[in-house]
Amino acid sequence: MFSRLPKRLPAPILAARRPFSSTTTRNSDSLFVHRDTPYNNPKIAFEFDAENMKRAKEIMTHYPPQYKKAAVIPLLDLGQRQNKGWTSISVMNCVAKLLEMPPMRVYEVATFYTMFNREPIGQNFVQVCTTTPCMLRGSTEILNTCLEHAGGIKAGQTSKDGKFTVVEVECQGACSNAPMIVVGDDFYEDLTPATTKKVLEAFSKGQKPKPGPQSGRLTSENSASLTNLTGKVSPIYEKQVTR
Amino acid sequence: MSRPFRSKLRLARSLATVADPPVRRYGGLKDQDRIFTNVYCRHDHGLKGAQSRGDWHRTKDILLKGDSWIIQTIKDSGLRGRGGAGFPSGLKWSFMNKPNWQADKRPRYLVINADEGEPGTCKDREILRGDPHKLIEGCLVAGRAMNATAAYIYIRGEFYQEASHVQQAIDEAYAAGLIGKNACNSAYDFDVYLHRGAGAYICGEETALIESLEGKQGKPRLKPPFPADVGLFGCPTTVANVETVAVAPTICRRGGSWFASFGRDRNQGTKLYCISGHVNNPCVVEEEMSIPLKELLEKHCGGIRGGWDNLLGIIPGGSSVPVIPKDVCAEVLMDYDSLKDAQTGLGTGAVIVMDKSTDMIAAISRFAHFYKHESCGQCTPCREGTTWMMNMMDRMVEGRSHSREIDMLLELSKQIEGRTICALGDAAAWPIQGLMRHFRPLVEQRIADYRAANGAVAFGGQLVSEINHDLAVPDNLGARLPEVGAPRA
Repeated sequence: MFSRLPKRLPAPILAARRPFSSTTTRNSDSLFVHRDTPYNNPKIAFEFDAENMKRAKEIMTHYPPQYKKAAVIPLLDLGQRQNKGWTSISVMNCVAKLLEMPPMRVYEVATFYTMFNREPIGQNFVQVCTTTPCMLRGSTEILNTCLEHAGGIKAGQTSKDGKFTVVEVECQGACSNAPMIVVGDDFYEDLTPATTKKVLEAFSKGQKPKPGPQSGRLTSENSASLTNLTGKVSPIYEKQVTR
Repeated sequence: MSRPFRSKLRLARSLATVADPPVRRYGGLKDQDRIFTNVYCRHDHGLKGAQSRGDWHRTKDILLKGDSWIIQTIKDSGLRGRGGAGFPSGLKWSFMNKPNWQADKRPRYLVINADEGEPGTCKDREILRGDPHKLIEGCLVAGRAMNATAAYIYIRGEFYQEASHVQQAIDEAYAAGLIGKNACNSAYDFDVYLHRGAGAYICGEETALIESLEGKQGKPRLKPPFPADVGLFGCPTTVANVETVAVAPTICRRGGSWFASFGRDRNQGTKLYCISGHVNNPCVVEEEMSIPLKELLEKHCGGIRGGWDNLLGIIPGGSSVPVIPKDVCAEVLMDYDSLKDAQTGLGTGAVIVMDKSTDMIAAISRFAHFYKHESCGQCTPCREGTTWMMNMMDRMVEGRSHSREIDMLLELSKQIEGRTICALGDAAAWPIQGLMRHFRPLVEQRIADYRAANGAVAFGGQLVSEINHDLAVPDNLGARLPEVGAPRA
């Protein structure tokens, strides 16, 4: 209700008004309420297709029958994948129906976890890690490179051609390979602005570059030379104590 | 002063000669003693490759030894939880086997915490994608020890490749009869399921993980009841870190005393360290516990960028532990007790190195952003406090602050610490406390510089020059407080 009010009062009034709080109101990362829009409203039909339905049924067998709702996160993920990478209200309703749980419980989950996008995203969902370990290795430049490549957008926006959505995310768990970005499901690690550009340009052309470190190393080993596990390690059986 | 005193003592004990115990140096783990032999994914991560590295070797014999034997072996090995808290694993697992537990007909669960989200930590990832069979076998062995019926592996949603490797390992193990009905022909039934999360750091907390696995928001539960009594789906549950569980089969095969032979007393074993930040070659490496931090960096990471003297500070255990300055870094050993004595912690073994080019205040401020983002919003001190701390830290990066606000920030962090259900409040407070403990002059200097350039700043960051003094300005805004400069060095 209050969101419809103008965010800022006209300037002269603001100057005369006595500021009783110096902190500005900050909106959360994304909106937590749903507002019906032409592209996101409960009337848009969504059903799992046959293949995903089979997968969903398989996932549901992992949990005790009276706790079917434990499958809500995997199923929302499945729905998001089928729905072009974002979780619309129809996806949530479909999952709620399938798991026989109140839709509100599904909405709660979908708003809590950051991997559920509740707004449409571009073809390539680029997540740039900017937490301290990546920041120390220059993730700010990587973020700027990504934003620039997507046409000078701001973090959290989609490029005009709809090819890229760039968001800032928290630690993705590849800190020894910092800085890194995630495009779709794949990690691109050990980046420099130049290699970032190369990766993104390949995505612009519709190709899929090879995931992993872009610096030439294989995974998270010492990039100069191996300091351990250099040879073939044969397992040690003779010390086995279980006889 | 002490030396003549000691020599006198020596003279006094002329009859019995007591040799000083030899000084033991830690570190320098040999390849044959490394548990995770495919940590760099250079070999096949599938079942065949895993078996060639010694996994699934006579697992049946381990299972047939029974629960108390496995738990005793783990206790003997001195293994402590590798997820951060460092609780003795054997003891934790034994909580599942209360007297007369057989009378309880509920299913029993082992939950593996693979929701690795702590900034700086990337060790479990290497286990999940390089040695997934070690984890699956670990589930079976640990599950046998606590008489569990099934294991759920809760892996963070971002780890897609890792999740597919683990799923492949689970499928292979089922197909080979290693898990499932009559696992390894031991007449013991055990299922392993993979569950992918959806991006919430808080789900790495024990009870939040259980909530999330039940399909709810990941908000930690109050304890008691402890998960060992009422956990996942209302059944006895134990949550354990990936690394803790994955080392269990190797310990059982090679003996608790083998594992206990590494590291200092009460800090035994080997550990995966993940080093990130300003070292020449960041890497993940398995090393002996109690390896000196300096040796770890110089041996495996090619040293600090620009030499040891270019070091500013190190966060030795992931974002939740306080930073330590250079002189402390030169002395500490990488184990639970040594780092605790240095007023920090081993945490997950995630070493974040910062050289002198780092803006330390900005680095810690970024952690404040992280915790603000990841607070689940259940407890007021954490929900509100992380935001306040973030706002204050943001201003301190600039210096737009009053120097008395440093103490206010510290007091705020003390009000959050220990007043929340889970440890996220503590984890948010500690980096800031560490910053102020060791780098307070830096913060004061920056505030003084800002003051010198822009004039006095009131509490809350408002410039005194911007205050309309025609209005009644309360005194508690600090606008009229005398300038407090940084202490002279």
